[in-house]
Amino acid sequence: MTDDRIRLHVTRYRPDKDREPGWQEYDVPLREDWTVLDGLNYLKDDVDTTLAFRWSCRMGICGSCGMNVDGEPRLTCATFLSDYTPGPVRIEPLANFPVVRDLVVDLTDFMEKLPTVKPWIIREDDVTEIDGEYLQTPEELDAYKQFSMCINCMLCYAACPVYGLDPDFVGPAAIALAERYDLDSRDHGARERLDVLIEHEGVYGCTFVGECTRVCPKHVDPAGAIQRYKLKAAQESVKAFLLPVMPKRLRP
Amino acid sequence: MSEDLTYRRPISTWWWVRKRSYFLFVMRELSSIFVAWLVLFLLLFIEAVFEGEDAYRAFLDRASSGPLLLLNVVAFAFLLLHTITWFGVTPQAMDLRVGGRKVPTVAVLGAQYAALAVVSGFVFWLVAR
Repeated sequence: MTDDRIRLHVTRYRPDKDREPGWQEYDVPLREDWTVLDGLNYLKDDVDTTLAFRWSCRMGICGSCGMNVDGEPRLTCATFLSDYTPGPVRIEPLANFPVVRDLVVDLTDFMEKLPTVKPWIIREDDVTEIDGEYLQTPEELDAYKQFSMCINCMLCYAACPVYGLDPDFVGPAAIALAERYDLDSRDHGARERLDVLIEHEGVYGCTFVGECTRVCPKHVDPAGAIQRYKLKAAQESVKAFLLPVMPKRLRP
Repeated sequence: MSEDLTYRRPISTWWWVRKRSYFLFVMRELSSIFVAWLVLFLLLFIEAVFEGEDAYRAFLDRASSGPLLLLNVVAFAFLLLHTITWFGVTPQAMDLRVGGRKVPTVAVLGAQYAALAVVSGFVFWLVAR
């Protein structure tokens, strides 16, 4: 086999030594079936054990290995080195998040925002799983299935300039997950989620750049979810204005 | 507590020129200024029409002056960008369903352009008759 190699420009940040991130260059074997993550694991195993990055499943399910590859947020386990020949390939930590070390970013902000949109099934009755399962038709499943495919990989946050400029913005994945539960026939929590998402930092923060949808590896379409939520929120505002005393139980 | 050693990367003022999609987005946002200008221009035009023939002629003279003509050509280009880009994202923003099935993107786009053609045709007929 010929010794084909490709150069990687990798962000290094060692908080105990560096004031700010810098670059380190590495050459890795260029193999047809190697992803960017394979290249990084080769470095970690054989070249430089100090390089830090997150990964787990290698098959686009766990959502851990998101990085900016040549400026684009990508799952590195699904991004092939051979698509970047002759190189070099720039590998950076996901944009818009604080860098902990090298290619590892701090996701605390998202972890704090996610529960505020209550991404779980909320019931108004006291039915529990002990009373039996909630039944759902294929059509009812179809209504929210697309939004349930989110793997929290954070590529959408890295692609979103609104989140970059205004870190208070709830952001694409959290809103798409709110929509996932709103559209679920078993759920009664739409009203509670609306109270959070109707705030300025909720859906109205979004200016519909559409990049979140473009980079989503699971085709969740967060941008679509947010625009639909805006429409819903606007209708609710009109209703609340016209019918301010409408009893809560009659509201949709 | 240990000190926070995470690094927050600053965002350049020129973030929007580094990617084609970001640039197009900012141009789309900017286009709304030109849309507002053309609305104002139309209102001034209508006002001139109501004020009588002299005002109308004076308005046309001003409108055909070099700088204003240039401004309006640029504004029209932005208006086209505004229309095309917003029409383009409408199918994504609206979850239209007929008989439980999602209306295809092509149908939503087609309906918008058809409506634009009808309105434009009516305006053309109004002016040219």
